[in-house]
Amino acid sequence: MPPLPQSVPISWYLTLSAILFGLGVAGFLYRRNIITVFMSIELMLNAVNLSFVTFSYKLKQVDGHIFSFFVMVVAAAEAAVGLAIILTVFKNRQTLEIDEVSSLRN
Amino acid sequence: MQLWLIPVFPFVGFALNGLFGRKLPKRAIDVIAVGSVLLSFLWVLKTLNALGVFAGGNALETAYVEHYFTWIQSGTLNVSIDLAVDRLTAVMLMVVTGVGFLIHVYSVGYMADEGGYYRFFSYLNLFMFFMLVLVLGANFLLLFVGWEGVGLCSYLLIGFYFLEKFATDAGNKAFIVNRIGDFGFSLAIFLVGIHFGSLDFGRVFGQIRDMPVEASPGWITAISLLLLVGAIGKSAQIPLYVWLPDAMAGPTPVSALIHAATMVTAGVYMVARSSQIYLHSTFALDIVAIVGLTTAFFAATIGLAQNDIKKVFAYSTVSQLGYMFVGLGTGAFSAGIFHLMTHAFFKALLFLGAGSVIHALSGEQDLRHMGGLRKQIPITFWTLMCAGVAIAGVPPFSGFHSKDEILAAAYHHAPWMYWVGVLTAFMTAFYVFRALFLCFFGEYRGEHHPHESPVVMWGPLAVLAALSLAGGYINVPRFLEPMFPLAEGGGDQWLVYVSVAAGLGGIALAYLFYVASPKLADSFANAFHALYSLIYNKYFVDELYDATVVRPVVDGSRTLLWRGVDVGVIDGAVNGIGHRARGIGGVLRLAQSGYIRNYAAWMVAGAILVIAMIGLAGGAR
Repeated sequence: MPPLPQSVPISWYLTLSAILFGLGVAGFLYRRNIITVFMSIELMLNAVNLSFVTFSYKLKQVDGHIFSFFVMVVAAAEAAVGLAIILTVFKNRQTLEIDEVSSLRN
Repeated sequence: MQLWLIPVFPFVGFALNGLFGRKLPKRAIDVIAVGSVLLSFLWVLKTLNALGVFAGGNALETAYVEHYFTWIQSGTLNVSIDLAVDRLTAVMLMVVTGVGFLIHVYSVGYMADEGGYYRFFSYLNLFMFFMLVLVLGANFLLLFVGWEGVGLCSYLLIGFYFLEKFATDAGNKAFIVNRIGDFGFSLAIFLVGIHFGSLDFGRVFGQIRDMPVEASPGWITAISLLLLVGAIGKSAQIPLYVWLPDAMAGPTPVSALIHAATMVTAGVYMVARSSQIYLHSTFALDIVAIVGLTTAFFAATIGLAQNDIKKVFAYSTVSQLGYMFVGLGTGAFSAGIFHLMTHAFFKALLFLGAGSVIHALSGEQDLRHMGGLRKQIPITFWTLMCAGVAIAGVPPFSGFHSKDEILAAAYHHAPWMYWVGVLTAFMTAFYVFRALFLCFFGEYRGEHHPHESPVVMWGPLAVLAALSLAGGYINVPRFLEPMFPLAEGGGDQWLVYVSVAAGLGGIALAYLFYVASPKLADSFANAFHALYSLIYNKYFVDELYDATVVRPVVDGSRTLLWRGVDVGVIDGAVNGIGHRARGIGGVLRLAQSGYIRNYAAWMVAGAILVIAMIGLAGGAR
């Protein structure tokens, strides 16, 4: 059994980030519930945050941290607006099926 | 000397009446329209007086030019806005503004009850503006501007009663037929520009004067003939005269001003203006004379059998314009201009008098429904008689002097031309007096109650009558001598006697046919029925043009240009592009499902594609 490395290698972080992002994409594509879709988006954003922080650590530069803070702020704002929209949609339609909200089609 | 004021006065009148005329009271429209032309006339008098024209002597032997500004500068060609007065222009200015003013005054009475009063006067003033630009312009292009402008006003005024189909048709006909002439004229201007490098009259004629007459190159003949094409269109000569008789659809003062006294003489003016060019091409001069003589003769024969009083005078105008061209073509340019002036007097008078008759009969124009009017409308009768003796060439009235000059020149050029001219003079006297006798003698054959015209109408008639009688003593040929040398050798005395006898004979024959024994005319017409119906139908020229030109053009436009080119090619191309775009869009719209997950899937697929390409290219490492 090989000895454990001194610290966790970069590739592990990046792999985790890719897996999380893939889960987010899959959730966005396959789930019908708006709230789940919404959570999938958050998951993708945080996967990206993880890779930002990883590279920031690796390159010894602070830019990645600043980016991830920006992403968090935007995500918080988006969550506030998005949840409000979802609540309104549910109030008006009594459904959270994403394919039913299609009155702009045709 | 402020020459520019001469055309600008009527232009201001046009602008005021055209912009505000709808709201102005009638009196104000009268004052603006007539006043602007009067100012223009007075300014002409003042200018000519300042130039010493009325003092006699050798004033104005060279042109007086005023330069305002450069209009077009392109390469070596330089065209300016220049106005110029020389002796020829002086005659034209007096005729245009003088006769124009009288006709404006007359129109106040004639148009009093017509709709579109302000529109009429603004057009009339606009016409005066363009006509004055035409005669004052010091280069070919400025002349052309006036030339086209008067054509436009002619079109607008012929179609003045635009609710009537025949009036708008006549307007279109005049405009379209004139296009043919203007095409030739513009080609002539291009040729002048190419060969002389300038369009300025002074420079062009100065250059050509120094060229040897014997060895003049072919392009001078080309320029002369193309200018003649323009003149033929504007001055209604064979083969383009057909628009002028139809132009009588306009109000009668318009017929008098534009289609008798001024605009139609623009062609004569232009040929006289370009006399230096013509003198270098005897061939072109011969063509001018032959065109003029043919027109004079054939138009006179048509005039013999017309029943519409205005049509008679219209064909008479065509015929007299032909006379002027005979004068020009036989080298007697000053005689042509002299006849232009006297013709402006007596033909304007004939038309205005005819208008007075029509006015008296509430719109009746057919000679067969007139008769015996000399008691009811005596002033009109006497003034028209003055015009009649003037146009018939009875000495010592104005037409006699100018016609005599032309016939003498024709005789010296070629005796047969003189004899055709004499025959034409005979017919002229006959048809004019036929119209006058049918109108004023015998029994009244109409239903309307005739009434004499107001003073505002017969005043101008009286002035024009005086000019028609005495205008021959204005010695125009002598005045124009510095520009057009007089022909050598006085005419033989017997030439005068023969032409006078022809005129008097025509009057006598008309008297015999239409007053003394009216039955004779009908039996004569029956005896020569074929000939009569030929000239009654104007030689079927309109029908001929219709069959050979108008129909092919209309049919060709309809089948080839409209259904073929327009519908097939142009519409086909536009609609085809539309269909193709629709087809492509139809395919692409399948991608736009409206499901957000589909779009996300496309994005994922795109991202994977990009990453795969970077990976394959061995990129970011």
